[in-house]
Amino acid sequence: MFLVKMCILNGFTLAALLFIVASGLTLSFSLMRVVNLSHGAFYLAGGFVGLSVLNASGSWLLAIGVAGIAIAVLALVEERFFLRWARGNDLIETLVSLSIAIIIGDLVLVIWGGYPKTIKIPEMLSGAVEIPILVVYYPVYRLFMLAMALVLGGGLWLFLKKTNLGITIRAGVDNFNMVAALGFNVKRIFTMVFALSGFLAGAAGVVGGTLMMLVVGEDWRILTLTLIVIIIGGLGSLIGTAVGALITGLAYSFATAYIPEFSLFILFLPVAVILSIRPQGLFGKEAA
Amino acid sequence: MPESLLQISGLDAYYGKSHVLQDVKLAVNHGELVLVVGRNGMGKTTLLRSILAFPPVKRRGSIVFEGCETSRMTTHRVAALGLGYVPQGRLLFPSLTVEEHLRFAASRSRGQEKAWTLKSVYDLFPELQQRSQVGGGRLSGGEQQMLAVARALVTNPTLLLMDEPSEGLSVQVIQRVKDVCRHLTSSGMAILLVEQNLDMALNLADRAYVFLNGQVVYEESGEEFRADRKRVRA
Ligand SMILES: Nc1ncnc2c1ncn2[C@@H]1O[C@H](COP(=O)(O)OP(=O)(O)OP(=O)(O)O)[C@@H](O)[C@H]1O
Ligand SMILES: [Mg+2]
Repeated sequence: MFLVKMCILNGFTLAALLFIVASGLTLSFSLMRVVNLSHGAFYLAGGFVGLSVLNASGSWLLAIGVAGIAIAVLALVEERFFLRWARGNDLIETLVSLSIAIIIGDLVLVIWGGYPKTIKIPEMLSGAVEIPILVVYYPVYRLFMLAMALVLGGGLWLFLKKTNLGITIRAGVDNFNMVAALGFNVKRIFTMVFALSGFLAGAAGVVGGTLMMLVVGEDWRILTLTLIVIIIGGLGSLIGTAVGALITGLAYSFATAYIPEFSLFILFLPVAVILSIRPQGLFGKEAA
Repeated sequence: MPESLLQISGLDAYYGKSHVLQDVKLAVNHGELVLVVGRNGMGKTTLLRSILAFPPVKRRGSIVFEGCETSRMTTHRVAALGLGYVPQGRLLFPSLTVEEHLRFAASRSRGQEKAWTLKSVYDLFPELQQRSQVGGGRLSGGEQQMLAVARALVTNPTLLLMDEPSEGLSVQVIQRVKDVCRHLTSSGMAILLVEQNLDMALNLADRAYVFLNGQVVYEESGEEFRADRKRVRA
């Protein structure tokens, strides 16, 4: 019984992390229709930048902020100077983002080395508390991650629903050519969304690096999990991303606890089932 | 100023390698309603897309709008000069409500006086006000067309490009669209109207261009055009 409870809780907290990583990718993917394969590398680089900032300053919050901003700048450069030239050619765009992922991975290896590192849990969030109904002790930090994902989800929802930029992004997801025909500079919107997506990935790297280890290779594992989340949830849907993250998080958590040798199979099972029933994902819109 | 509002000459347009418009010459003057007719696939939609640089059309030639050569500009720059677009198939945003469509488009409004606001388009189309919280994907065909027109109007264009607005509409709604066109031109807006439904377009047009296989084969005044059509029918 204890293991089941732990699996559920761990599944939820992994889902929280996946949601933080995937929400950024969902935004850029739905708007530009191209999967940014460097998103996993953004996560890893963000984690290491955060680690260095933490070592230098001792502030975990500062680490999150600086990592987010550093990766936002990296994303901005990728979009502005590389992806923009390839726009409209899906294959080239995908290859560009793949190349950048590999380059970032190598740079991380050169700068921070190949040994696994972890970010120390901040004093305030260390230790464990008892969860009333489940009667188990659970790390405070993991609960904090859960809260963070909820706040981020709510914030993004409000941003998309209420702000002018949010409405522009939603319209652009539907048809960015028509947004341009109304006089909006879509290229600039693409760059902003890409930078925002980079910010979320970089910040997620610090959040995730505090829970799990940071090491080259982790970038691809996170990218794979994130892509599964997005495929399950569907294009252009924040709720889909949340549900996709929950399914993926729980499946991964139970599979690694009970049948680790089949964990990849268990992970891709929902993908196969959902894609065969709803090719556009659980909450995705049908192609226009 | 004798200069036309829109002056197109030597326009060629392409989709990839296929050469769709050839050496098109066309002009729209201030406050005029110009009709473009032609059978299916003759290049009418391509003409409007060329004016706006709307993908996937690629174009070459001269397109002067309000004195600016726009043939090398990107879509949003051309649009911001004062072009409104009511595309074939409407291209509404399913994720946006009616009201969001209008607020969104109005935030790009140009011109000092701002003749068209949310309020004035709601006065023009009271149906839209009733459906203001409904998503763009859940409107009836007529409501969609009204929203497409309203969305273009709130940007306060000097030239409205309309692509087959009567497509799929009932006779009553076509009559409404027709009244709206008349109202707009009388308020000084110019309209470049692509229309196959001649019952709708015939009485409105100041001038007409007939397209055949991507070329202009006739240019006529409204009177000539109406006389020709009568002869064809008789
Ligand atoms: N996206 C596209 N890619 C390639 N060719 C296209 C595309 N759109 C249109 N065409 C071709 O260009 C030609 C002109 O098409 P266009 O849409 O301008 O015709 P139209 O006069 O608007 O027709 P309709 O009255 O049916 O709307 C056609 O031969 C069509 O097949
Ligand atoms: Mg057409």
